[in-house]
Amino acid sequence: MDFNDTPQEAAFRKEVRAWLDANAPKHLEPELKRASFGSSGLTSEDPIEAGKKWQKKKAEAGWAVLHWPKEYGGGARTPIERVIWGQEEGVYGVLSGPFTIGHGMCGPTVMAWANEEWKEKLLPPLASGEDIWCQLFSEPASGSDLAGLRTRAVKADDGSGDWIINGQKIWTSGAQNSDWGLLITRTDPDVPKHKGLTMFFLRMDSPGVKVVPIKQANGASGFNEVYFDNVRIPDDQRLGAVGEGWKVSLTTLMNERLSIGSGMSTGFPELFRFCMEADVDGEPAVADSGVRSKLAQFAVKQSGLKYTGMRAISALSKGETPGPENSIGKLVAGATMQELAMFALDLQGESGVVWDEDSPQNGRFQAMLMRSPATRIEGGSDEILRNIIGERVLGLPGDIRVDKDVAFKDIPTSGSRK
Amino acid sequence: MNLDFSEEQNQLRDQVRRFLEERCPPKAVRQVLEGETDYDAGLYKGLAELGVLGAAIPEEYGGVGLGHLELCVLTEELGRVLAPVPVASSVYLVAEALMQAGSEDQKSEWLPQLAAGDAIGCWAINEGSGRMREEKVSVRFENGKLTGKKSPVADGAIADIAIVAAREGDGISLVMVDLSAGGVTREALDSVDPTRAQTRLVFDGTAATRLGGAGDGWHIASQVLDRAAILIAFEQLGGADRALEMARAYALERMAFGRQIGSFQAIKHMLADMYVSATLARSNCFYGAWALSSSAAELPVAAATARVSATTAFQHCAKNNIQTHGGMGFTWEYDCHLYYRRSNALALALGSLSTWESLLIERMSAGNVEAAA
Repeated sequence: MDFNDTPQEAAFRKEVRAWLDANAPKHLEPELKRASFGSSGLTSEDPIEAGKKWQKKKAEAGWAVLHWPKEYGGGARTPIERVIWGQEEGVYGVLSGPFTIGHGMCGPTVMAWANEEWKEKLLPPLASGEDIWCQLFSEPASGSDLAGLRTRAVKADDGSGDWIINGQKIWTSGAQNSDWGLLITRTDPDVPKHKGLTMFFLRMDSPGVKVVPIKQANGASGFNEVYFDNVRIPDDQRLGAVGEGWKVSLTTLMNERLSIGSGMSTGFPELFRFCMEADVDGEPAVADSGVRSKLAQFAVKQSGLKYTGMRAISALSKGETPGPENSIGKLVAGATMQELAMFALDLQGESGVVWDEDSPQNGRFQAMLMRSPATRIEGGSDEILRNIIGERVLGLPGDIRVDKDVAFKDIPTSGSRK
Repeated sequence: MNLDFSEEQNQLRDQVRRFLEERCPPKAVRQVLEGETDYDAGLYKGLAELGVLGAAIPEEYGGVGLGHLELCVLTEELGRVLAPVPVASSVYLVAEALMQAGSEDQKSEWLPQLAAGDAIGCWAINEGSGRMREEKVSVRFENGKLTGKKSPVADGAIADIAIVAAREGDGISLVMVDLSAGGVTREALDSVDPTRAQTRLVFDGTAATRLGGAGDGWHIASQVLDRAAILIAFEQLGGADRALEMARAYALERMAFGRQIGSFQAIKHMLADMYVSATLARSNCFYGAWALSSSAAELPVAAATARVSATTAFQHCAKNNIQTHGGMGFTWEYDCHLYYRRSNALALALGSLSTWESLLIERMSAGNVEAAA
């Protein structure tokens, strides 16, 4: 066991630091430090434009998408180098937020399933931030039960081989800024639900695609509804065989949980700073034993996640596959963030209800409180994640399913119950 | 960076696990539980011969001289099987205290005997109910004589020597007492976990010698406690893992409503949460092991982190192991209560959970915030 950089790691860190020092947009640093929960913190520049600029700069110097191979515009760096880069990039990493879904989920799916021609066309502009991608999976009637989706893809009757798409997606992050989308559809309702799905990718400016922002419970609009009205997709934009969409989607979802879960913040460092300063009964909050007990429990969750991540990196560095322990990341981080936000407001007394510029840390904890319910749902709800841990990690039997061998069209829906 | 045990260390784990599976089945734990014997003397001797007791004691003092990472690995295995032996008292506390603060004579006299299992040590700090703190020490050390009461003292009934925190002049000193020399009364105490017996030691002008400088006792004790806390955390981790395995096995085997109970989400999610707390504890314990083995500046923060996380995990897993078993989990016959007892006893050993929670935040506030950021 050793926490220190090896000589190679130290040399790499030095190289990264020097490049960042010469190239990072330092004038944005104060704003980026205020980033929290769905907001990049930027006010002086458009976040998408600023993000594209930073991503392009990184790509030109070989620092974009470090986990992708070089031939597609990636950096082909080792896991440990990626961690060091992340530590050094710090707040500037926020700028690449618009590309997270493309780099983490859509790109790897394209890489695994598209032909070489498409890979060469699609991946480099995604790596360099020229293109933004979104993931068109969830639907109003199929969230956790993703395979219950109803958006239809039907072969055009003009002999072109094209597909005609009709239906609706929901909870699509960043659809309003996206150039491309990864779309899962139903091509056959007469077979059991997992077997009738097919995956495509399409331009988001295709005729018939309409993006409508959702006004969320926290007042922001990061997610969208996306409507498809006779949208035409050429057959060569299909990923995997017809009916193989579920298998293709697993590539995406596996990457989703990895990229969402690793290195997630619980908000503990910010809470700790707040408790060092906040006044409780005339003393700093950390002087109160009740506060200390709560803080300690948050602290060990935060550090537990941090060192769980380091165990995975250690395994990767040795050429081993990380164990299943990383599946706990988002489950722990989401629930902790919510409890922690409630506790931070509690310490603010009755004025915890006030959410404005004068609130502690510019209202970070109020924002966290209002955003955290989504963290516990997006990318696999707490309940789905517990099923995954129970079934895939602990080997417990799956739930008894009533829809498994039934044709999709015969499965009862919320609307069919009288 | 590398946060994992080495291949050799994991081989050592396998070797000791096999030894303990054979030599420490639940039946052995129950013999101590039911009062047939105070501790498993045969097992303790076996552990000494295997080099477990002396793993972190240097060879010049009769140990094996492997190191603390190895000791952490071994400790986790002892925790898995609830080994009813005084390793925590004798090795994590007394041997550590000797290595930290003992004179050359004290080390040469006692460390080889502790490593060989020929002598057993106990750690006598507590004085009755309430969180222990410096001001509460009332046992006095004057002119080489010790007077007063210490309780509870784990393994006090079977120990040959005790390290005692005592008031000397204006300060607190640690002193060593040869318990066989007379002038000590030992009173057995009933406890939540009889597999680790508790005792009251009454000193009445008992001869004692100082360990470390006069007035340095509380400082030394707190350093020893940090080191022992990491080792106990590994015991807790082993116990938590084993409790989870028991619950999992039962959830797969037990049928109700025509199906395995592990297929119900109520059970499955409870087990998933047990896995989560055990995993967080394991990662925090690895951090503790690194700090312990390298005597890092972060050791006090790492010790409290590992300790709080492992205490929480073991209590969580042990209580939900009973819950998973339903009524059978509450029978004397099933082993669930052995883990429940041990989890709650270890949660108090070396200071209660709330004490360590408080210490963690106090230490982080003192400047080592990075440790958990």
